[in-house]
Amino acid sequence: MKSRYGLMGWVLWGALLTLGLVGVWQRFTYGHHLANYGSFIPWGLWVAAYIYFVGLSAGAFLLSSLAYIFKVKALEAIGRLALVVATITLFMALLSIWFDIGHMERFWYVFTRPNFYSMMAWMIWMYTAYFLLLLAELGIAFWVAPAKGERWLRVLGVLGVPLAIAFHGGVGALFAVVGARSYWHSALFPILFLTGALTSGTAFLLAVVARFWPDCGEGRRQLVRLLSQITLGMILLDLLLEWSEISVPLWGNVAPHVEGLHIMLFGPFWWVFWIGHLLLGSLVPIYLLARHPDNPKWAGLGGALAAIFFMTVRLNIVIPGQVASILPGLEGAIQHPRLTTFYVPSAHEWLVLAFVVAVGILMFAVAKRRLALFGSASEVKR
Amino acid sequence: MEKLERQETLENVIDRQLGKRSFLKLAGLGIFTAAVASLPSILSEASEETGTNTKRKFRYGMVIDLKRCVNCKACTVACKLENKTPPGVVYNPVIEEEIGEFPYVQRRWFPKPCFHCDNPPCTKVCPVTATYKREKDGIVIVDYDACIGCRYCITACPYGARYFDFGENYPAQQTEYGRVPSPEFHGAHGLRREGKSPVGNVRKCTFCLHLQDENGNYTRPPACSETCMSKAIHFGDLASQAGGLCVTHEGCNLKQLLVERKWIRLKEELGTEPMVYYLL
Repeated sequence: MKSRYGLMGWVLWGALLTLGLVGVWQRFTYGHHLANYGSFIPWGLWVAAYIYFVGLSAGAFLLSSLAYIFKVKALEAIGRLALVVATITLFMALLSIWFDIGHMERFWYVFTRPNFYSMMAWMIWMYTAYFLLLLAELGIAFWVAPAKGERWLRVLGVLGVPLAIAFHGGVGALFAVVGARSYWHSALFPILFLTGALTSGTAFLLAVVARFWPDCGEGRRQLVRLLSQITLGMILLDLLLEWSEISVPLWGNVAPHVEGLHIMLFGPFWWVFWIGHLLLGSLVPIYLLARHPDNPKWAGLGGALAAIFFMTVRLNIVIPGQVASILPGLEGAIQHPRLTTFYVPSAHEWLVLAFVVAVGILMFAVAKRRLALFGSASEVKR
Repeated sequence: MEKLERQETLENVIDRQLGKRSFLKLAGLGIFTAAVASLPSILSEASEETGTNTKRKFRYGMVIDLKRCVNCKACTVACKLENKTPPGVVYNPVIEEEIGEFPYVQRRWFPKPCFHCDNPPCTKVCPVTATYKREKDGIVIVDYDACIGCRYCITACPYGARYFDFGENYPAQQTEYGRVPSPEFHGAHGLRREGKSPVGNVRKCTFCLHLQDENGNYTRPPACSETCMSKAIHFGDLASQAGGLCVTHEGCNLKQLLVERKWIRLKEELGTEPMVYYLL
């Protein structure tokens, strides 16, 4: 039975990769021709995917590092898994944004001619440092004896936590410093990015633990309960901050970024917020995690829903901020598909994203087979 | 010739009095002193080339008279012809708005080139310093050889003045027209080739800087202002000693216009200090 599911999974993965390869071939052959973003909405699905994956990475890493630093024994069991998830999702994020830039062959210019007045340059330098740190931690976690390695992991964790906070807060700041887009220009944005990272990262780890943890005994149950509680708390905190971010300008009703909020809440894609984010990504997971915190099946489903539907939050950050008009009348000045504020990702954009996901799944499958990702039951009980 | 003779005489006198070897030493010292003395000016010229000079020569800007503009959009077309911009890249669109309800309806319009702001938010966000404001004339440009196409500057411009070149072409690109290079940046990337700059780059109005001579003076006004039949677009140097020397219309003074007429700049509250003024 299990092997039949496994086979079906690989068939689906094969289909995903094939479709993804079509998208990559299109990207290299036709450049940006097949993408639906334009000059008025210059950032689309791939940028949203980038901040989504990078959030998963920072969240998973922060959770594991905090566990090492504060010696939360129960979470140390998922330390290696969290490091692998953080590395894979960071790679997926970099792949997404690499496909997005106009001159892919020039990506290294960000190192040779950086502008440190730009938040983007800071972000790139910080995630490079973060990536190196992740590789170092991975090396220690898997190839150094536990007695020696634990101390080093703690040291690197102490270095890594401020780096991950600065780096992912920096991704939020990348949007927040853009004064031209009132919807993004909020001091709460970097904080929202951090809580968002912890919410989605923890939820994702919960789903992975619930689905793949080999030991079905009390150890897994305890771990699932702990991760469920953290995820639940983070979802509630995230909703609280979101409430502040949305309700304050709406109450005042004069700030320019009310337009962006109206687009998100009541625009043509209202369901992305209400159904995708609020119902499936928040309320259903809250119910499942509160009702069945130690049931791997239901808590795992809650974690998976919260993690997957967090993509709607990322889309709602990137897109409405650009749909809100920066200059009335600009859109009607020239009639051209690239000069419009209506954006739906094209099939090509989805195909490229499918490739990124397929690569991530493959990396995880290889890591799961080759590396000892999961701690033992005794480690959990400890 | 006279200068040469004088140098020769001086050389003879010194040679006689001090001997050849001493003269060579003295000459070497003189050349060294002269080199040291001229160092600041050499450095100044070099830094001007690289755009780091703080000495300002020109401050080009526009004064657009909205009472004269008739919404013919000739400026948009002239700009596209001059710079051979592809579809979806429009350096100078005319913005139109309809205000009010019937029967009290009003339409208003204005040409909108890049404002070449004195405090441009777009240049600060570029991660690779590919876009910058030229010190020598205040024109904001994109270095096509450096731009990675991340489009952060597009999001940061409050005026929608930047466009991404998706590599699309007009059908005429397949004809002889396609073999005529664009004069933008003196034709450095004049011929369009898939995957090569400016395809995949962010593009914007350059105030037609390819029409400048080697000293930075315009030999011809930018296409939009030159073509404007109602003489609504005045282009010139707002920092000139003459007080806003207008390149487009002889005898016209930009500063005089700004003193005599009421004017606005868009989104002043952002502190971008646009170099394009609209006369009301």
